Amino acid sequence: MSKMYKISKERLDELYAAVSAVKSLYLPVRSGENQSEFKKWSDQSDVCLDSLNTVKSAKELFFPQSENLISFKVSGKDIELVEDRDPSEPFVLFGVRACDAKSFSILDSVFLSDPVDTFYKSRRENGTVVTLACRAPEETCFCGTFGIDASDPAGGDVKTWLTDTELYWEAVSEKGEELTKLLTGILSEADADADTKAVDDLKKNTKEILARLPLADLKLDYFSGDRLNEKLNDVFYAPQWQELYKSCLGCGTCTFVCPTCQCYDIRDFDTGHGIKRFRCWDSCMYSDFTKMAHGNPRTSQLERFRQRFMHKLVYYPANNGGEYSCVGCGRCLAKCPVSMNIVKVIKAFGGEKA
Amino acid sequence: MNNDVLIPQIGIVTDIRTDTPDVKTFRVNAPKGGKCFEHMPGQCAMLSMPGVGEAMFSITSSPTNREFMEFSIKRCGGFTEWLHQIEVGQAVTIRGPYGHAFPVDTALKGRDLLFIAGGIGLAPLRSVIDYCLARRSDYGKIDIVYGSRSADDLVDIDEIRNVWMNAENVDVHLTIDRPQEGWEGHVGFVPAYVKELNFDTDKTALLCGPPIMIKFTLASLQEMGYDKTQVYTTMELRMKCGVGKCGRCNIGSKYVCKDGPVFRCDQLDELPNEY
Ligand code: SF4
Ligand code: SF4
Ligand code: FES
Repeated sequence: MSKMYKISKERLDELYAAVSAVKSLYLPVRSGENQSEFKKWSDQSDVCLDSLNTVKSAKELFFPQSENLISFKVSGKDIELVEDRDPSEPFVLFGVRACDAKSFSILDSVFLSDPVDTFYKSRRENGTVVTLACRAPEETCFCGTFGIDASDPAGGDVKTWLTDTELYWEAVSEKGEELTKLLTGILSEADADADTKAVDDLKKNTKEILARLPLADLKLDYFSGDRLNEKLNDVFYAPQWQELYKSCLGCGTCTFVCPTCQCYDIRDFDTGHGIKRFRCWDSCMYSDFTKMAHGNPRTSQLERFRQRFMHKLVYYPANNGGEYSCVGCGRCLAKCPVSMNIVKVIKAFGGEKA
Repeated sequence: MNNDVLIPQIGIVTDIRTDTPDVKTFRVNAPKGGKCFEHMPGQCAMLSMPGVGEAMFSITSSPTNREFMEFSIKRCGGFTEWLHQIEVGQAVTIRGPYGHAFPVDTALKGRDLLFIAGGIGLAPLRSVIDYCLARRSDYGKIDIVYGSRSADDLVDIDEIRNVWMNAENVDVHLTIDRPQEGWEGHVGFVPAYVKELNFDTDKTALLCGPPIMIKFTLASLQEMGYDKTQVYTTMELRMKCGVGKCGRCNIGSKYVCKDGPVFRCDQLDELPNEY
């Protein structure tokens, strides 16, 4: 375990300023009542570390909602390629919860597997992730179902814990150590006894809250095991979908707020001076997602609805050693206009309390 | 493969052949001549015109063609409409190759081959057929069954008559859906014709065409005693990235762009019926 540091809560602005002096700093900034979004820090920012989850997840720092791939100049029969990718610069992503931190590794399996997505990769390499342990998990949280420990987030470069008075800081990767070095004047060494106890107490308290959450006993047994591929058709043709899909409006909200949804579209835009080709988030919930010139393999909302959850609970795990493409962040529970969500799906397949 | 898989290169359309009322074959070269990239039979490429559209097409020419790539493309809306009105010299963008090829150098080697194509389904198979003919001694007897709506809809009939029909140990069986003046060959649908021809079952079949034709022909083959493991086919779904990341062509735990488009028919049974 590497050394623990701390800084008093009052002085967090100094910490932000010090990081900002070297790299762009993105952190949760208040965007409405009980709402925050990851934004670039400035000394005017209304930083919001007490709201649990940002509306959109932290994935947009690595996989932006929209990004340029290339541009073209077209004249007569000729086309010229014009390099036009959005620049990626070193940045620090601060205040990432355990669920979002886990989502990065899920996205990595997609974007960093051969052939590597170089756009994603350069952002991943440029980003230093500072996680923030949860103190007050909410009723919609079920990260524990996926083995995620909200009190001690894995998958980042630095772990932090925020008590009423202090922010505790522990580097857990080389990138994290480098960032810590930059902050030597700002961070002070934590006390081996009192401070360790403060962090342990926070963890313990969080774990107790987690254990009492309404979804604490949500189980994925039905979707577990290494025979997912064999079972795939059973799940696909299960009668449960007939009821589940009915309320879904196909609005795509769940896919846009989801930290692990990765579907994208590639489109062209005529700027008047040339054609910009960009990619943007897309949703398997949309009716034209799979539409072709001569037909559409998924014509009903049932099929589209089923696709989203089959992917998260069956297809992705079948391809990724049993790991699910959901981190239990609860965003889709909070945001779906008709209160349909992955928890209802898991429950319909027997995932309720025993 | 290009370092940035989503970034295309430029290709120049150096020849356009009108094959049928709705199929044209486009020859594509790199701007400096030669091919834009190498491929294997059955693989696809993403062609596009910025601002117009981008779509995936199977590469019709064989990799043994050292000079250019060809794409036989049916006019069916969107980007293909644009392609059908361009002239020689037009630049397009191209990226690829994508997907798994037919196992020409492994499972198909040394085998008697039965090619069955319906309509534009000949496009991906032509690449394999020409590959096998270029390496004739690597394969056994070759039978080609090719059916289309009418005699006018047979794609590149010149190559079929002048090259394939004269090739060593190759039998070509053409059929059209309805009788037509001047047509002396077989009349009838491919699935029935295949059964009529009653091939022995010691062959490997490669089957491409519209989904409905694939379905019935596969049934014919099975009735004749073929096992699904002896039959290869290709699948078509909408694609965007071509590399298994955008989610578009996901079916079951497979991505058609990456794990396909070529599948052995027994592998298709593991996939939900969503194609
Ligand atoms: S599940 Fe809810 S949020 Fe998702 S598409 Fe359907 S209605 Fe929209
Ligand atoms: S499916 Fe819902 S709970 Fe799971 S990661 Fe996505 S938004 Fe969060
Ligand atoms: S085309 Fe993007 S996943 Fe296949």
